Amino acid sequence: MGRKILFVTTDQQRYDALGCNGGRIARTPAIDALAARGTVYDRAHPQNVVCMPSRATMITGQHVSTHGVWMNGVPLPDGAPSIASVLHGAGYATALIGKAHFEPVLDPFLRFTEGRIGSERRTELSPPHRGFSHMELATHGAAGPLHYSQWLREHHPEHAFSYYPVVDRELQVNAEGGGDTGAPQVKHNAIPRDWYHTEWVADRTIAWLDSLPADRDWFCWMSFPDPHHPWDPPQSELGRVAWRDLDLPEGWIDDPAERERNLDGKLRHWRAWYDGTFVSNYEAPARWVPATLTADQVREVNALVHVENELIDEALARVLRAIDARGWSQDVDVLFTTDHGEFQGDHGLLFKGPYHVDSLMRLPLVWAPAPSAGTVPARVTAPVGLVSLASTFAHIAGLPQPPFTEAPRLPLDDAEAAELGHERVLTEWDSALFGKIVRLRTIHRDGWTCTAALDGTMNHRGEGELYDLANDPLQRVNLWDDPARRALRDDLLDDLARSLPPEVLPRRPIDAPV
Amino acid sequence: MGSVRRTQFIRRSAADVWELVGAPERLHEWFPVASTRVEGAKRWVTLPSGITFEEDIVTLDHDLRRFQYRIVNNPLVTFHLATVDVVEDGPDRCLVSYSTDMEPEVLALPIGGAAGQALRRLQEIYEG
Repeated sequence: MGRKILFVTTDQQRYDALGCNGGRIARTPAIDALAARGTVYDRAHPQNVVCMPSRATMITGQHVSTHGVWMNGVPLPDGAPSIASVLHGAGYATALIGKAHFEPVLDPFLRFTEGRIGSERRTELSPPHRGFSHMELATHGAAGPLHYSQWLREHHPEHAFSYYPVVDRELQVNAEGGGDTGAPQVKHNAIPRDWYHTEWVADRTIAWLDSLPADRDWFCWMSFPDPHHPWDPPQSELGRVAWRDLDLPEGWIDDPAERERNLDGKLRHWRAWYDGTFVSNYEAPARWVPATLTADQVREVNALVHVENELIDEALARVLRAIDARGWSQDVDVLFTTDHGEFQGDHGLLFKGPYHVDSLMRLPLVWAPAPSAGTVPARVTAPVGLVSLASTFAHIAGLPQPPFTEAPRLPLDDAEAAELGHERVLTEWDSALFGKIVRLRTIHRDGWTCTAALDGTMNHRGEGELYDLANDPLQRVNLWDDPARRALRDDLLDDLARSLPPEVLPRRPIDAPV
Repeated sequence: MGSVRRTQFIRRSAADVWELVGAPERLHEWFPVASTRVEGAKRWVTLPSGITFEEDIVTLDHDLRRFQYRIVNNPLVTFHLATVDVVEDGPDRCLVSYSTDMEPEVLALPIGGAAGQALRRLQEIYEG
């Protein structure tokens, strides 16, 4: 018997969401306990700051330029490399339960397996899909063909419409406000907690684990759709965090003039989005103007996110207790992370998009190796990427690094980070939507984040952003044009050019908005 | 406005390919839809998800090898025009182009994706 792997992901969660990372609001004792006995990464970045490209990186171990999912709506080909296939081939039982999103969610032609198996209510897959022989899928709410939606509509039809409607009548990301403050994508959700998707994901994970023989090795990707918008946790839980009592986040700039000066110092698309004149992608409501965001809306959204994070932690605790009850605890590695971050009021913004700053790029990442491995707890300050996850899973299973992967496994401490070559981490952005184009390439190294714009609708090659995170942790001062930093900037850009794999061309077309 | 275009070269004469593409009632043979029904200048197309689109056939020009249609009487779709062209490129090769202009723009993307799959299917049919 080898080590089993529980891979836990959330969607759109910030580094500071967790107690082990200094979060002071949401109580996350289960994750904090994993962190206390494992390795915590203080500088983990995604290779893209939206779902589909980032998730494609997790499963392939490749940068976006290589796997080619360059934007939400571009499906990962069925034949793309998959670490789950490698593990399945090595004898692991494999499951993905919750949000997959390697394929478009809006799929009226049912061209993609995720939507098709949901509509057919099929969970066992032979041959496996992307290496998973069991899939039970969910997304944000109860619409669409995925398993959770089907289950809720069948068993609790009275709550089929309790969730916030993610899209409006024109199929745009819904801008309608709700809750107490009229914040976009907020709703008081009447669904009982037991039927909420976070609970369902944990329930189905436990059911799958309980179906396995005691001596079977397994890889389970438990993927929570929260705390991604819409922010509509069960209203029974709202008393956990009183939004009126919350401090505003450190990244919020209260004075509108100062907020606008901050945005004007960055690449042009920041201010244009804030003003509502440029919408580059479907990651935020097109009809919502960020300049209208109020301090109370930021407080309420943050409170709801904290509630969702607590529910995730409690759901994870249930799954860990179920694993313990099976007698597996000593042999299970748990990895916890997310696909990308969220502004939550930083810079006066909500949601996400082509903005390569810590709000979206600095992620929670915890690896609690199986106790039987005898590792020592540590915090890693070296930069690492989600691109290292696939190699890490192979390592845990005692397998060589798969040849398709582009990064070494995660280190267990900073000394090992240096040995393995974790010196820099790269992030790409490309979006081209009906003629609106944004392209960014980013390197983080030595405490600096350097983003180069490629030619697009608003930005041009030669423009960019450079932040000194040690002295400017909120990334307020763009040093791109500072002559004193010119040599450093050029060195980072050279490193970026050398380190980023060449883009596989031609680019595959967008098949859906998300 | 959502505007998409997908194209595919096919090693087969334009006349041969048009025989299928220019037959609106045979859409399901190459496009990822569940069924097709044509009555006069009307077509009803049902998707695998169960959604049915009612369409007006706008152009069916066997000389130009152009087919155009509009989705109509749909509560979501406020504007739609799709154009399929089969363009001769020598005696044994043609270019098939499928374009759609649509409001709401979001819907143009999955239709474009389906069209891309359809054009690859056409290539398989004629090139094996």
